[in-house]
Amino acid sequence: MADTAVVAEHTLRTFKDHLPVLQVLVPFCTAPLIVLLGSRRLAWPLAFIASATALVISIMLMWEVREGGYVAYTLGGWAPPLGIEYRVDAANAFVLLLISAIGTVVLPYAYISIKDEIKARDHTLMYACWMLCFTGLLGMVVTGDAFNVFVFLEISSLSTYVLVAQGAGRDRRALTAAYDYLIMGTIGATFFVIGLGMLYMATGTLNMADLADRIADQGANRTVRSGFAFIIVGMGLKVAMFPLHLWLPKAYTFAPSAVTVFLSATATKAAIYVVMRFTFSIYNPDFSFTNNTLEIIFAPLAIIAMFSASFVAVFQTNFKRMLAYSSVAQVGYILLGISLLTETGLTAAILHMFNHGITKALLFMGVGAYVLRSGGAFYTQIAGLGRKMPITSGAVVIGGLSLIGVPGTAGFISKWILVQAALERAPDNAMFLAIAVAIVLSSLLAVVYVWRAFEVLFLQEPDPNSTATEAPLMMLVPMWIMAGACIWFGFSTEHLYEFAAQAAQGLLDGSQGMMISTGQGGAH
Amino acid sequence: MIFHHLILRVVTKILVGTIILFALYVQFHGDFSPGGGFQAGVIMAVAFIIYGIVFGLTAVKKVFPEWVVHKTLAFGVLIYAGTGIATMFLGYDFLDYDAFSPAHPTVGQHWGLLVIEFGVGVTVTGVMVAIYYAFAGRPPSISDEDW
Repeated sequence: MADTAVVAEHTLRTFKDHLPVLQVLVPFCTAPLIVLLGSRRLAWPLAFIASATALVISIMLMWEVREGGYVAYTLGGWAPPLGIEYRVDAANAFVLLLISAIGTVVLPYAYISIKDEIKARDHTLMYACWMLCFTGLLGMVVTGDAFNVFVFLEISSLSTYVLVAQGAGRDRRALTAAYDYLIMGTIGATFFVIGLGMLYMATGTLNMADLADRIADQGANRTVRSGFAFIIVGMGLKVAMFPLHLWLPKAYTFAPSAVTVFLSATATKAAIYVVMRFTFSIYNPDFSFTNNTLEIIFAPLAIIAMFSASFVAVFQTNFKRMLAYSSVAQVGYILLGISLLTETGLTAAILHMFNHGITKALLFMGVGAYVLRSGGAFYTQIAGLGRKMPITSGAVVIGGLSLIGVPGTAGFISKWILVQAALERAPDNAMFLAIAVAIVLSSLLAVVYVWRAFEVLFLQEPDPNSTATEAPLMMLVPMWIMAGACIWFGFSTEHLYEFAAQAAQGLLDGSQGMMISTGQGGAH
Repeated sequence: MIFHHLILRVVTKILVGTIILFALYVQFHGDFSPGGGFQAGVIMAVAFIIYGIVFGLTAVKKVFPEWVVHKTLAFGVLIYAGTGIATMFLGYDFLDYDAFSPAHPTVGQHWGLLVIEFGVGVTVTGVMVAIYYAFAGRPPSISDEDW
């Protein structure tokens, strides 16, 4: 019967129109391809090609949205809000770039690190899982459909548990770490999907733009409010927001070095993006409960995280674990930026997400290099390695300085803007002056824990029996790319800042920023 | 040994073929009657699982070796994604099956669904059998330090 229906004119899609879906599709297809070919030698090149392609695509997407606006893509040609829509604007283009850039830079490093730390027979499946994790993280960020976020969240989480458990070859505690993460992550994902269920109940739609529109229409009611609570708690678990961070130090400590590098720089960042998207775009930031959540819950928890996690980091005896706690603290800075509810604050949060991503990736890469050469990351094992591995340690020093926020490094820029954002609001409320002071004070704690690691690396005598030599070139190059990025973004700030500001503006426009698209793919 | 559970063995041998046939029916008739890739995949896997339960894990692994299972489940995903890629090459959105028959979109949708459901079926079969193998068997080789 429908054969006689009038067929709408179809304009053929070009490569450029397909970019949003290709971003996810390329790594996604690579994962089963790696399993199907089952070749240990082909797995790494395929994964690398897929990551590099994803990086190119994310740069092209960023180019398209550089002046505002967004790129939409309808899957299966079904128009939103019924169909699934991918939508890239300044905010997620930025996160896509971070994830795919880290993925591409880390893989050459991972080649040697994984060879050293994981049994050879697991390599193929390991790279397949890596690609799935990469797919999931990119998908969470690129999609414009709330339920699709959950689907990709599960893809990335499930593969992450496997990746973390791969550390078992070196230390059996990786299994309990992965199991803890699995339980916590599953609870988080469940909460998230319960929240989505409530939103669906209240609005009857899952498309983000449509959700934003309908929530704005009906205003706040109890279902919408409790949906928000569930979503924030669920995502908070994945973000490692302060009291929900318990899985993170263990998972980061016992995962294989390369996996830790990748996860620390991307996984929590993708989750933070989802929190931002839900708080600012889907829920109207003008709602009093969104405001209250940010001011009464996010801000204090962020400040507690900044201090307590930094404080715990000071007393660690394992370099990797110390950095993991420092990650919890740094997530605090990002959440603090979000909770300030101003454009500057959000810009600082987005910038810090990026800067902390490259800084932490660099530091964890350094740890991985020490693990490769000395067999462990305990301070006793890495003592004096700074002299034996000067090129590696040089990069680690740059990373450490950026983590503290020393001027001339990327970490300084975002912390500086964060302080400015807090001071901006200080005239109406003296609390914000205290917050600005807290940012500076907690950075001093970072000085302590970073100095402690430096002291172990450079001032202690190396073990006379140690045979540690400089890390191989394939690890040094990615490390120095990151180190270069840390310095480059510490000096050349305009482009990154402008883009982050654009992203923040788009997010703060709230539901107005997410007009329902007409259902046609391509740029608007 | 061979005479144990004679009735079960005979019935299983008769049933396995029927189950596979029924799975294929559910798979390819799924667009006119209840069914589709997920159900068909599970039914197909049941044929192997029941064979494994009655005749033992070694016997079923001869029929459907573990490495083939792994390739199967990856292959199904590629069939699904490959369909989408095919529509992209035809100038349509990812998974827009109209591409297969632009003049008659319903026909195109029909074909597209048939192919992706086949992909789903293949993967679900592989996954179900892999889960069964994982529960019923042990890791292929256990090194000393694993314990």
